[in-house]
Amino acid sequence: MHIHFIDPYRPLISPIHELDVRVKFVLTLAFIITCSLTPFAAWPAYVLLFAIVLSVEILSGLGITYVMPRAALALPFALAAFPVVFGTEGRVIFSLPLGGSSISATLEGLERFISIVLKSWISVQAAIVLAASSPFPELLRAMRAVGLPKLLVAMFGLMWRYLFVLVDEALRLIRARASRSGHSAQPGMKAGGTVLWRARVAGDMAGSLLLRAFERSERIYVAMLSRGYDGETRSLPRPSITVPAWITLIAGLVLCVFVLLLGLSFHP
Amino acid sequence: MHHSIEIDSLSFAYPDGHSALRNVSLRISPGEKVALVGPNGAGKSTLILHLNGILSGTGQVMVCGLPVVPANLGRVRAAVGMVFQNPDDQLFSPTVFDDVAFGPIYQGLSADKVESRVRAALAAVRMESYADRVSHHLSMGEKKSIAIATVLSMEPEVLVLDEPTAGLDPRTRRMLINRLRELPMTMLVSSHDLAMVREAFPRMVVMDEGRIVADGRSSELLSNEALLEAHGLENR
Repeated sequence: MHIHFIDPYRPLISPIHELDVRVKFVLTLAFIITCSLTPFAAWPAYVLLFAIVLSVEILSGLGITYVMPRAALALPFALAAFPVVFGTEGRVIFSLPLGGSSISATLEGLERFISIVLKSWISVQAAIVLAASSPFPELLRAMRAVGLPKLLVAMFGLMWRYLFVLVDEALRLIRARASRSGHSAQPGMKAGGTVLWRARVAGDMAGSLLLRAFERSERIYVAMLSRGYDGETRSLPRPSITVPAWITLIAGLVLCVFVLLLGLSFHP
Repeated sequence: MHHSIEIDSLSFAYPDGHSALRNVSLRISPGEKVALVGPNGAGKSTLILHLNGILSGTGQVMVCGLPVVPANLGRVRAAVGMVFQNPDDQLFSPTVFDDVAFGPIYQGLSADKVESRVRAALAAVRMESYADRVSHHLSMGEKKSIAIATVLSMEPEVLVLDEPTAGLDPRTRRMLINRLRELPMTMLVSSHDLAMVREAFPRMVVMDEGRIVADGRSSELLSNEALLEAHGLENR
């Protein structure tokens, strides 16, 4: 039994899939930065950003039904921004008594919160399209090509490579535990042990997984050194970026700047 | 009197569509010692994982008279002691004692009972002095023995082992085979070690491409060169 489903790459044929991964990476980054820099409550700009990411999703052949549910992953994190509803100055919607004083939810705060949720949701969609339309090794090479620090890229690469191994190992441990979680044939015996004991077993399992991951990392490092590793995985030189890819890159960046300027013009 | 293992037209396909078992039927009587052989990818491990409901395909699987269905999984897992190929998967507790005690504690046995079960299980594999050792730092052979003890402590009716002698040095392998021969329960063991099969397992089931292609006395099947060659086995 192996884990295959974590790999987000979906091999399809589409203009998005065929676009040079370096260009895709830079454009995605630029798009996400545009999202973050767009001011709060610049609704028309959000509509544009959403329209852009939606068009890319459809163009990539992944479809809205693939991307949208996965993008919901961002929502729990966006909830961390919920306190801004109460922390912002502005028109009061309602007040809650809290001890001696009270806290007030403001319209501006609510706008801010909704903006953060929308912005993170749109950004995550862009990242999902990037990950689903580019094989991960290509993505790593693209990161190196645009000048990300090699140590960082090496860490991304090793994490991606061994995440699967680690999850497989965790699954095997869980399977072995399930195999020994039996119920006695004697009547009146309560199976399962105490909650505390089960928690301890789960903790021990996590601990042994950590120890093994650590030992494995040592073995991997020795194996890498034995093959002359010096901190960078080398690959053959990349072909140069084609003229159409350059045009896409420049057009995409111009579009991002345009949306950003539009968003700033709505800034109150 | 029920069979220890009764499998009726069992088929199973992995989620990626790969068909791992095709219409497998197998009966094993109490006390029988059966070897399951076949090339890698023949479906041996997949079949084994059906015996305690880790996987479930179409068809019927009965263990010790109990149908392997979700409602029975607890009883089934107590009745089938499953020893995985890699003992590192089996040993997840800090000490040998904790690991061997897992099954009995889970079943809700009293502390005295757990203690005596652990002692007996460790004695059966001659590892009494290892109770307080850290599983992590044992040798491969020691880990294998402890892994067997972790299921013996549940006093299972059936012992299922996946490739028990893989990766062992000759002396450790010899010791393990002797232990297996001493144990009285029904046994189903998947292995590539045909010398061990000849010595310790009177009955042999050959699998290939998800099917059972031969089932009979080990001595007879092992002298059938054509059969062995057809299914990628070497009798040496």
